[in-house]
Amino acid sequence: MARFVVRRLLLLVPILLGLSILLFAWVRALPGSTANSLLGERGTPETIAAVERLYGLDQPITVQYWKYLKQSATFDLGTSAQTRRPVTDEMLRLFPGTIELTAVALVIAVGVGVPLGYFAARRYGTWLDSGAIVGSLLGVTIPVFFLGFLLKYFFAIKLGWLPTAGRSDQRILGVDHPTGFYVLDGFITGNLSAAWDAFKHLVLPGLALATIPLAIITRITRASVLDVVHEDYVRTAEAKGLLASTITRRHILRNALLPVVTIIGLQLGLLLSGAILTETVFVFNGVGKFVADSIRFRDYAVIQGFILVFAVIYVVVNLLVDIAYGLVDPRVRVR
Amino acid sequence: MSLSEAEARVDTAVAAEDVGGSLLKEAWRRLRRDPVAITGGAMVALFVLVAVIGPWIAPYGPSDRAGAVTPTMIPGPSSQFWFGLDDLGRDELSRVILGARQSLLVGVVSLVLGMIGGLTLGVLAGALGGWVDSLIMRIIDIVLAVPGLLFAIGVAATLGRSLQSVMIAIAVVNVPIFARLLRGQMLSQREADYVSAATSVGLRRRVVVFRHILPNSISPVIVQGTLTLATAIIDAAGLAFLGLGGTDPSVPEWGRMLADSQDYLSGAIHLAIFPGLAIVFAALGFTLFGERLREALDPKYRR
Repeated sequence: MARFVVRRLLLLVPILLGLSILLFAWVRALPGSTANSLLGERGTPETIAAVERLYGLDQPITVQYWKYLKQSATFDLGTSAQTRRPVTDEMLRLFPGTIELTAVALVIAVGVGVPLGYFAARRYGTWLDSGAIVGSLLGVTIPVFFLGFLLKYFFAIKLGWLPTAGRSDQRILGVDHPTGFYVLDGFITGNLSAAWDAFKHLVLPGLALATIPLAIITRITRASVLDVVHEDYVRTAEAKGLLASTITRRHILRNALLPVVTIIGLQLGLLLSGAILTETVFVFNGVGKFVADSIRFRDYAVIQGFILVFAVIYVVVNLLVDIAYGLVDPRVRVR
Repeated sequence: MSLSEAEARVDTAVAAEDVGGSLLKEAWRRLRRDPVAITGGAMVALFVLVAVIGPWIAPYGPSDRAGAVTPTMIPGPSSQFWFGLDDLGRDELSRVILGARQSLLVGVVSLVLGMIGGLTLGVLAGALGGWVDSLIMRIIDIVLAVPGLLFAIGVAATLGRSLQSVMIAIAVVNVPIFARLLRGQMLSQREADYVSAATSVGLRRRVVVFRHILPNSISPVIVQGTLTLATAIIDAAGLAFLGLGGTDPSVPEWGRMLADSQDYLSGAIHLAIFPGLAIVFAALGFTLFGERLREALDPKYRR
C-alpha cells in the first residue's frame, strides 16, 4: 500500500512542473510587455531597459523560469494590480469563503444526488426514475449564473426569505472573524445569530453551485447501481436468503459507490470554476469573485496565481481520492 | 464500438468500412424510433433553423428602438412585444432570435477547431505509440489538471475581448478531451483481431490506421461532439457573463444579454428569463440527442 501511495505521489511531480512551464509561457505570451504596461507612453528605450533589468527580464529565459519556479514554490505569486497586495495574502483572506461555499454545495450535491440516484435505479422506469433523469439533464444544461439569477429573483427579491448578496448582514455589528469561516466564527465567538446569518447567505449560492455536480452525481449513482444490481453476486446473496437491507448495504452500495467517489473528486474542478460565476452573481466575497474582477482589471498575476493554486488543489484532491479508492478497493492497488 | 463487438465481427473484419457503415445505419434506425432522440433532434433543428433564417423572421432589427422605456419601467411580455422590451427599448424577441446565430457559431466553430486539434493529437498518440504517445498524454494530463472554465478564461483573457477569442478558448479546452477519447478508442481497437488480420495480410500501417482502426474508433467521438456543442454554448455564456466575448451591441448574444440583465433583475426579470431559456433549449436539444445517440451506438444497450 505504501508503495502505491508513493507511486501516485511521484506522478504529481511532472504534472506540477509541466503546469508551471505552461503558466510561465502563458504570462510571456500575454499582450503587452511588463515594461510597457508599467511605463505606458513615457517609456524610452533607456527606461524600458532599466525596468527589464529590474525585473530580470534581460536574463536568459531559463534563468527567468528558474526564478519563477523558486518564487511559486515559496508561495510568492506576485502582486495583485487591483489591490496592490501580494496575491498570496489575498488568497488566504478570500479562500475561507469559497471553501465554505463549495462545502455547502458539495453537501447538497452528495446528500441529494446519491440517494436520488439510488432510488431512481431501484425504481427503474417509474416516474421517480424519469424525473431524476429529466432533472439531471436540466441540471447540466442550465447555466450556473442563470440559475443564480432565478434563485436570487424568487427567493431573495420576491419572497424575501434569504439575503440577495454578500457573506453576512452588515447590520449585525461587533462580529469577529478569527478564522474567516463566517459560520464557524459565529460559533467560536458565541454569536449564534451571526452564524445563522452567515449560513443564510450560503444557501442560495450553495444551491446554484450544487446543480451541475448534483446532476452528475445522480446520473452516475443511478447508472452504477443499475450495473451492480444485475451482478451475479447480488443474485447469489438473494439466493442465500440474506436480508434485503444487508444486500443493499454490503453488496450493492459498497460496490456501486466506488465510481461515485471518483466522480465526486472530479466535481471539485467544476465547483471551483463554478464558484467564479456563482460568487459574482451573489456578490459573495470569495476567491471566485476576485478572479472574475481580475479579468476586468486585467490583473494577470491574480489569474495566473489562481490557475496554479486551483490546479494544485484539484490534482491533490484527486490523488487523495485515488488513494482512498485503493484503500477501499484492493483491486486498484494491484494494477 | 467496443472491443467485444469488434471481436464478434472478426469474420467480416477486414472490410472495416462496411462495419462502420452498417453500425451508423443501425444507429439511425434506432434513433428514428426513439421519442427522446426525436425531441432532441427537433429542438436542435429548430435552433439551427432560427439561427439561419433569424434576420428574416425577427420583427425588429437588433438595434431598433421598438418602444419607450425608462430604467425603472421596462415593459415585460405583451401582445405587441411577446418577450417584452430591453433596457434600451429594443424588442427582446428579435434579439433572442438574432442571438441564435452567434450561439450556433460559437458552438460549431469551437467544436470543429477542438476536434481537429484533438483528433490530430489522438491519432498521432494512438497510431505511433512509444515516446510520442507518452509526451502527448503527459501534456494532456497537465492541461486537464486545470478546470475547464478557468483554462478558457486564461486563454480568452490573453486573446482579448471578442467572440473569436471565446471560440478559440473553448476549442483549446476541447482539444485534450477529444485527443484522450480517440487515443483510448484506438488503443482498444489496435488489439482487436481484425487489425491483426489486416496486418497479417500485409497492409501497410498507414492503411490499417486510416481505413480500419480510425473508422471503428470514431463513434464515441461523434457522441462527444454532440455533447460538446451543448457545453460550448453554456461556457460561451459564462465567459460573456465574466466580460469576455463580443462587444458589438448590434450583434445580440444570449450570454451577454443574460449577463446584462443582472442590473434589472428586480424590475425586468424577463430580460434574464428569455435568453436564459434560449440557452437551456439549445443545450438541452444537443444533450438529449447526444445521449440517445450514445446509447444507439453502444452495443451494450442493444437488445
